[in-house]
Amino acid sequence: MAGRVRTHRAVSPWLFLLPGLAVVTAFSLCPFLTTAHHAFTDARTLTPGGWVGLRNFREMLHDEQFWVALRNSGLYVLVVVPFTVLLPLLLALLVERRLPGVAFFRSAFYTPVVASVVVVALVWGWMLDDRGLVNGLLRVLGAGPVHFLGDQWLLLLSAMALTVWKGLGYYMVIYLAALAGVPRELHEAAAVDGAGALRRFVSVTVPAVRSTMVLVGALSSVAAFKVFSEVYLLAGPTGGPAGADTTLVMLVQRTGTGLNGRVGYASALSLVVFGVALVLMLLVLRANRRGREGG
Amino acid sequence: MRSRGRVVRGVVRYALMLVVLAVTVGPFLWQLSTSLKGPAEDVYTSPPRFLPAHPTGANYAEVADVIPVWDYALNSLKVAVASVLTNLVGASTAGYALARLRFRGRRAAGLAFVAALLVPLESVIIAQLTLVRDLGLGDTLVAVVLPGAVGALNVLLMRNAFAGVPYELEEAAVIDGANVWQRFTRIALPSVRGTLAVVAIFAFTGAWDDFLWPLVVLSDSDRFTLTVGLNFLHGTFQQNPRLVAAGTVIAVAPLLVMFAVLQRYFFRGVGEGAVKG
Repeated sequence: MAGRVRTHRAVSPWLFLLPGLAVVTAFSLCPFLTTAHHAFTDARTLTPGGWVGLRNFREMLHDEQFWVALRNSGLYVLVVVPFTVLLPLLLALLVERRLPGVAFFRSAFYTPVVASVVVVALVWGWMLDDRGLVNGLLRVLGAGPVHFLGDQWLLLLSAMALTVWKGLGYYMVIYLAALAGVPRELHEAAAVDGAGALRRFVSVTVPAVRSTMVLVGALSSVAAFKVFSEVYLLAGPTGGPAGADTTLVMLVQRTGTGLNGRVGYASALSLVVFGVALVLMLLVLRANRRGREGG
Repeated sequence: MRSRGRVVRGVVRYALMLVVLAVTVGPFLWQLSTSLKGPAEDVYTSPPRFLPAHPTGANYAEVADVIPVWDYALNSLKVAVASVLTNLVGASTAGYALARLRFRGRRAAGLAFVAALLVPLESVIIAQLTLVRDLGLGDTLVAVVLPGAVGALNVLLMRNAFAGVPYELEEAAVIDGANVWQRFTRIALPSVRGTLAVVAIFAFTGAWDDFLWPLVVLSDSDRFTLTVGLNFLHGTFQQNPRLVAAGTVIAVAPLLVMFAVLQRYFFRGVGEGAVKG
């Protein structure tokens, strides 16, 4: 009897864990090891390929497409992250109090998050069309038309704006959870001291949600670096004029899929995506630690 | 004087909320308006006309002639429902084990989920593709569901939620002789309903909205999900934006309905601290 109880105890936790652990192992951890292995081979979709050492990585150095893609993904991080850290925080402060109707606004602000990126890209594509809503409004003001979707840089900027816009509600919710933990007395004390709204924001709110801002910074910089759908959908599968808007993940998808996909080279590119994402996350976390020690 | 300042601040707050509302929801309303405009109505006017002159549902019927939009919607629905079920079961059982059960290897199991969180899906997509092909599942809806069937983030959310439930509740049940499964289903699960709603919403929207993975794994157009299918409407832009608009409204409407129904639980779940990670 005692033996039965003991085995039961030892086995049941693993039964509970089995579905989750199996999926995560099979579709995240093992594929990662496979990718790391393939990166050093010349595997293709239909052929396993052989060991080629660092050849894929050497090829990357001379691959103009790679540098273009790396530049675009890097720019994406630099432009998108500051807006994504700041705007949703302001939005959260706007809907933080339980005023009448606020619940409706919160849900409404979340709409772009719920909508699929394909839908959102089609909506934006139609708005930014040469004869779309935005140019229609610009014409009323006597300006334009602006060819948002015809120019390499305007296209990339439009995709960035779309990413920021689509993430507003998501990060707002994260900030709301953090703000719920900030004691109101802090604000009231500052208000009594005669601090204006901006002062209170800088000296009360920001320090209180600092760790959440770092979290949002880390999450959004990794997400921005991995950008695929927004650019793929607005600029098209080939990545805009002469492929100038290709991002790193678009390059992975283009290189590694298809009947004669270069799995080996695409895996090497994937490792770069993984490595940069990891470094970005560590950088943000370290900046946080240093800031905390300094402050 | 003070109360007047408060009124002004209140008005400014609501005015700002309306501006943000226009920015976040406005584009969808513009899309809805476009989808209701008849073929005779100019959609390129300047200044833009926000209300259709003669609202019509004809575009919704016509978009189905261009792409089998309802079949695609059904495929997306199958994938999303399956993903909700697998995530609710897989994440809550695993989360419960990590939060409440004591056994050798618990730390290692927890680390496996954290490690999985660090591996970006985009960086293993080629290996996943090879894997589902080797399993003989290439180009199937099952293959679309599998990689996200139990999200690592959802497991960790559930673990945090269970860890926040007072243990005394379960202790009483242990004394009454309840086994692990009974404790899990009768006491633990009902206490974390908010987080379950959050996981359900994340899983549904994640599956319904996913684009890169179904794009890579599906090649037979009969099995396309809505996102992959809609991508093909892209080419019809120049001909008729009304049809594209109708297609996007079909894609977004079910989600908005679901979110409207569940949003109360969602924001309560968020309040439980579910999103703090």
